[in-house]
Amino acid sequence: MTLKATPLNSAHRAAGAKMVDFGGWDMPVNYGSQIEEHNAVRTDAGMFDVSHMCVVDLEGANVRQFLRGLLANNVDKLQVPGKALYSCMLNPEGGVIDDLIVYFFREDWFRLVVNAGTAEKDLAWMRQQNDATSSGLTITQRRDGADAIALVAVQGPNARARVWEVLPTAKAASEAMKPFNVVIVPGTAFGEAMVARTGYTGEDGFEIGVPATQVEALWNALVAAGVKPAGLGARDTLRLEAGMNLYGMDMDENVNPLDAGLAWTIDLVSERDFIGKAALQAKGQQAQFLGLILREKGGILRAHQKVIAASGAVGEITSGTFSPSMQQAIALARVPMDVAIGDTVQVEIRDKKLAATVVKLPFVRNGKVLAV
Amino acid sequence: MNIPTDLKYTESHEWVRREEDGTLTVGITDFAQDALGDIVFVELPQVGKTFTAGDDAAVVESVKAASDIYAPVGGTVTEVNQATADAPDSINTDAFSAWLFKLKPTDAAAYDGLMDADAYGKSTGN
Repeated sequence: MTLKATPLNSAHRAAGAKMVDFGGWDMPVNYGSQIEEHNAVRTDAGMFDVSHMCVVDLEGANVRQFLRGLLANNVDKLQVPGKALYSCMLNPEGGVIDDLIVYFFREDWFRLVVNAGTAEKDLAWMRQQNDATSSGLTITQRRDGADAIALVAVQGPNARARVWEVLPTAKAASEAMKPFNVVIVPGTAFGEAMVARTGYTGEDGFEIGVPATQVEALWNALVAAGVKPAGLGARDTLRLEAGMNLYGMDMDENVNPLDAGLAWTIDLVSERDFIGKAALQAKGQQAQFLGLILREKGGILRAHQKVIAASGAVGEITSGTFSPSMQQAIALARVPMDVAIGDTVQVEIRDKKLAATVVKLPFVRNGKVLAV
Repeated sequence: MNIPTDLKYTESHEWVRREEDGTLTVGITDFAQDALGDIVFVELPQVGKTFTAGDDAAVVESVKAASDIYAPVGGTVTEVNQATADAPDSINTDAFSAWLFKLKPTDAAAYDGLMDADAYGKSTGN
């Protein structure tokens, strides 16, 4: 089976990236050292090819109403053009189809960015719902074809400054922009650029969308400006330190998002009905989603390792790694309701039970280690 | 890709050096450390433990994955390299210096049955 390639594939290979099969995509896992790339994002500026993710434009008179029913978070929080919102899209059983960011541009135009591996599934679902609700929307995927938009995430304390060096006309438009906002800047050296102050690392930065035909030139300009290319390895350690969920690991269609630390994104309070609401109201929360820091030598915390509370109740790690910023093994875990922050739990690693401390998330934000 | 010709190899990417006294020194290859990425944890066997060829002998964990290291031949552990355990990334820096453990082989001739550098090179596409 041939792997799919992003428009930046040759740039990665030219930079000596170690390439891997990531859900059918030929992607860079690192360019030499994922730990160095991680540290570059925490202290300076690094960037990720995220052009395998899919921009989806929803247009029509009924977009807002459609999204009110489709998404678990409340799009009515988006009243000012340029505002963005993180949300899950649920199935009727309350399981998570995907997590995504929705950007509000106009009453007749909202834009979503969805995960690479779930894009086909997401589009099929949205089209089905569009028909079922007779919303009459035009739904356009912007990953393939003539109008494809390719995304690059530039992250770190110096990320925005580097982006402005390369996109000087974006500076005026985005300098005052707060986090979780987006602006479209026409006529840059790389075509029309979508510049969003969003990210998946716990650092400041921009996620930039340009025409796919221009993204290699943009990438090279950012490299020349001193931004360090970073691969999927660093992406995972950064997002885990930042306490951010990874679809497919921390939640999926069979996981109740209330058990996956996503209650804050699910609006069960307002009158608004949405797909999955009734199921979640019936189920309620049955597990907590917290951080673990391994306290004894013996391995690294990994997905699926069992977590045993003092009471004997059992939970499970959903994703784990070695934290470059903390120099310790850390994990995100679904733990029983009787576990408290500060508790010591036992984690089964190979044939041993090793002590770990339960902590609040995130572990790290804006370059600072919060959890100890 | 570095594949020293004075060592022997296994398909699971261990390298083996026979010392003058017949002891075998075991580590993982440059190919293995490159595939693993940044190594952050090493678990070594107990001195005195006896293995059959192919037994789980040690564990090397990188940020992204745990990897079992196997006894290349049957034998008893005579020494372990605490320096490697204390500095796991030394394997990334120089996989052929950062040895893991030494074995007194049960059968001295077993070493000769291991892959030479050429065969290992071919098996790893080098």
